[in-house]
Amino acid sequence: MLENLDALLLARIQFAFTVSFHFFFPAFSIGLASFLAVLEGLWLKTGKSVYLDLFRYWLKIFAIAFAMGVVSGIVMSYQFGTNWSVFSDKAGPVIGPLMAYEVLTAFFLEAGFLGVMLFGMEKVGKKLHFAATLMVALGTFVSAFWILSVNSWMQTPTGYLVGANGQFLPGDSWWDIVFNPSFPYRLVHTVMAAYLTTAFVVGAVGAWHLLKDKSNQHARKMFSMAMWMAAIVTPAQIFAGDMHGLNTLEYQPAKVMAMEGHYQSHPDGAPLILFGIPDSEAKTVRYAIEIPKLSSLILKHDLDAPMAGLDTIPDDREPPVPVVFWSFRIMVGIGFAMLGVGLWSLWGRVRGRLYDMPWLHRAAVLMGPSGFAAVLAGWITTEVGRQPFVIYGVLRTADAASPLDAPAVAVSLLAFILVYFAVFGVGVWYITKLMSKPPHRGEEGVERGDDGPIRTAGITPGPTQNPGKAQPLPTERQGQEEDA
Amino acid sequence: MDLTVVWAFIIAFAVFAYVVMDGFDLGIGILFPTFRVGQGRNRAMNSIAPVWDGNETWLVLGGGGLFAAFPLAYAVILPATYPLIIAMLLGLVFRGVAFEYRWRDAAHQKFWDNAFFGGSLVAAMSQGMILGALLQGIEVEGRAYAGSWWDWLTPYTLLTGLGTVAGYALLGSTWLIWKLDEGVQRHARYVARRAAIATIVLMGAVSVYNVALNAEYAERWLTAPEIYYVLPVPVITAIIAISMLRAIGSERNSKPFWLAIALFFLGMAGLGVTIFPYVVPPGITIWDAAAPERSQIFMLVGVVITMPLIIAYTVWAYWVFRGKVGEDGYH
Ligand code: HDD
Ligand code: HEM
Ligand code: HEM
Repeated sequence: MLENLDALLLARIQFAFTVSFHFFFPAFSIGLASFLAVLEGLWLKTGKSVYLDLFRYWLKIFAIAFAMGVVSGIVMSYQFGTNWSVFSDKAGPVIGPLMAYEVLTAFFLEAGFLGVMLFGMEKVGKKLHFAATLMVALGTFVSAFWILSVNSWMQTPTGYLVGANGQFLPGDSWWDIVFNPSFPYRLVHTVMAAYLTTAFVVGAVGAWHLLKDKSNQHARKMFSMAMWMAAIVTPAQIFAGDMHGLNTLEYQPAKVMAMEGHYQSHPDGAPLILFGIPDSEAKTVRYAIEIPKLSSLILKHDLDAPMAGLDTIPDDREPPVPVVFWSFRIMVGIGFAMLGVGLWSLWGRVRGRLYDMPWLHRAAVLMGPSGFAAVLAGWITTEVGRQPFVIYGVLRTADAASPLDAPAVAVSLLAFILVYFAVFGVGVWYITKLMSKPPHRGEEGVERGDDGPIRTAGITPGPTQNPGKAQPLPTERQGQEEDA
Repeated sequence: MDLTVVWAFIIAFAVFAYVVMDGFDLGIGILFPTFRVGQGRNRAMNSIAPVWDGNETWLVLGGGGLFAAFPLAYAVILPATYPLIIAMLLGLVFRGVAFEYRWRDAAHQKFWDNAFFGGSLVAAMSQGMILGALLQGIEVEGRAYAGSWWDWLTPYTLLTGLGTVAGYALLGSTWLIWKLDEGVQRHARYVARRAAIATIVLMGAVSVYNVALNAEYAERWLTAPEIYYVLPVPVITAIIAISMLRAIGSERNSKPFWLAIALFFLGMAGLGVTIFPYVVPPGITIWDAAAPERSQIFMLVGVVITMPLIIAYTVWAYWVFRGKVGEDGYH
């Protein structure tokens, strides 16, 4: 029994680790693919080379991020079977088809057009190339659509029957399964999260180069575009988050109780606990700083509305409160910090000084990784908050695992941790190296020949040479292959 | 024909498409160290850089499709071959990122070239061993895997693993004969000949082992009247093998590649004869493992609509990058 428990815990850690890593890359590439499409569209429309330069600058970064997203995603599509085989057997008939649709409508689209997007500008002409970029961007969105539908169904399962062999079977309408109650909220909130994540990365890179040279036109352009996103999307995101929370209150009240730290019921108006230390043993939040009745106001739009607490939930159906409580606060805190940056930039714009505000630029640099922290915190809230269930209310996590021995899972978990940190760490380092180079006129793309990256001459006016990098790689030996 | 059989064919098609398409780019990885640092390696890599992601997506369709159409099979096979799956996935991680990383800094290019090689080799070997583990039979109790966690490691699975490695090397080298020219092409021919011989020998060995492994398999291949239906498989295989060995030396640059694909197709057909209608021998048939009809229909609609489109734009992507890979990527 104890051994099984260990295997279960390890499997959970392994899944959480691999999916969290995976999600970092889509969170960035969903936004970046759209940003690239916008840049290329603006270039085609205006003919201004600054857009093409920025396109090429971010394309190199996209290529690396995308490759990491793909390989970590392939791992995910096998994790269900390797570590959650009981879950796979039971839920396969319902969620399997949605994931198959994701492959058919999204992954193939992305992958099919990615090659042309990265390497084909010279081959297919501008219009067709733009079409390829659009397809890749569309693919990332469609991918989010299906996988979030799957995840949402696991949070708020509807439209299913239970078969004689214990399998979940599709009911009368696939519509009820795909558009389950929490899906629209989760889709909107997550896609906007991806846009914000990208916007803050782009903004940070722009700001970084502005701090070094505020006359850099390319840096100005990207900073300005990113700050528009921050100013417009953050309020929308906060609103969407609030709506999402109300939806959760309806379908997964225990999760909201954990997020709010409400161990006790409040018959006449629940306080909003800003901070405190949840103590699950004593079932109370210690050192709580709270605003009376505000929670009732936010969640029920009524100061005196009664709110049930975790005391109404049987102990074996309670999620672990401290994790959910804290991750939720981290996400919301970052959301408001993003709002602050967005408003600050608007104020700068109004004064016509957007590029002359070093403190704003420093803040933007600092906020560069904030989107990643927020999406991770958000997912931890969501996923830990639905524990102890994998399929909310109907299948417990403990009953979903594969019949594996703890040592097998321990070894694979260790391998994932070592490989992921090493491989993706290097990738992130390469990305930051690219970002640390100032964007410039005549930016080169990702095409390459025998001697490393190709200089793409011909499409832009201006210098296309990059003498530093045109040198053959040091390890290179000239000469032809011969029969060994 | 009933939908379950249709789905078995769809999954088989996805697996075949995967094996052929990712097979040649994994094969190039396996052969990577035999190419000289510099031009040879760069060109070999450039010949697959625009398509590898699409190729690998067929693996996701194979796995995802199995999950969706035969959830029980997915839930049994993956735990049964757990270490192999994990090894394959980690191998794919290394080789996938190498496509980008090796261009990013010259000081570590050698390291990423080795990662590309090692990752490809591990992935190919694991895939072959997974196939072997499946063919040799998986112990099941109720609806779950019931064997121990070393069951997948036998001489037979090692043989299927090696066969797959050799086969992928054959696909990779024949692809390079087609896509490269001059010295690098000459080198590819040299490798292709050896890979072809290794593949043919190992295919033969696996086939013989196969009928020795399991009485039911032997019955399908060696007794009348079945033997008359299945006899064409080995005969055509032999014909193809011979013409391929010839073609490798000839001027028709794309021919060896197509013949290698034909060889894989026959291998696949042989596999079908061997295990049908089981999806997890010896106990689980495709009907035992199938998802309910409503799931099958829902997905079939998706496949019918999207598959022609997928094939169309995949062909287009290959078409865009047609021709020899030369001095500046493609010309
Ligand atoms: C840039 C990212 C980001 C930002 C700034 C926010 N969120 Fe968020 N949030 C996410 C990114 C995210 C996410 C990663 O996309 C999650 C995880 C699962 C999901 O549906 O969205 C999420 C989940 C999530 C949930 C849990 C939904 C559930 O029950 O499953 C709630 C209630 C909120 N968010 C609410 C908010 C509020 C009130 C915010 C106001 C500041 C906020 N989020 C900012
Ligand atoms: C991409 C962002 C995601 C992140 C960061 C994330 C994070 C997590 C975490 C932290 C857990 C562990 C919860 C616990 O055991 O306490 C978990 C569990 C799980 N999640 Fe997610 N998740 C994400 C998306 C998804 C999606 C899209 C699906 C479904 C398609 C999914 C399915 C699962 C499953 C099956 C488990 C295992 C059962 C469990 O331990 O709860 N997750 N996830
Ligand atoms: C457990 C859940 C998940 C699984 C099984 C999964 C599976 C995969 C797979 C197999 C790929 C590679 C596709 C290819 O070959 O091109 C991939 C990439 C991708 N995934 Fe996931 N994924 C999961 C979670 C998520 C989530 C939560 C999102 C977004 C909301 C997401 C969005 C994407 C996107 C946009 C890509 C494209 C590549 C990239 O941008 O990095 N995935 N995923």
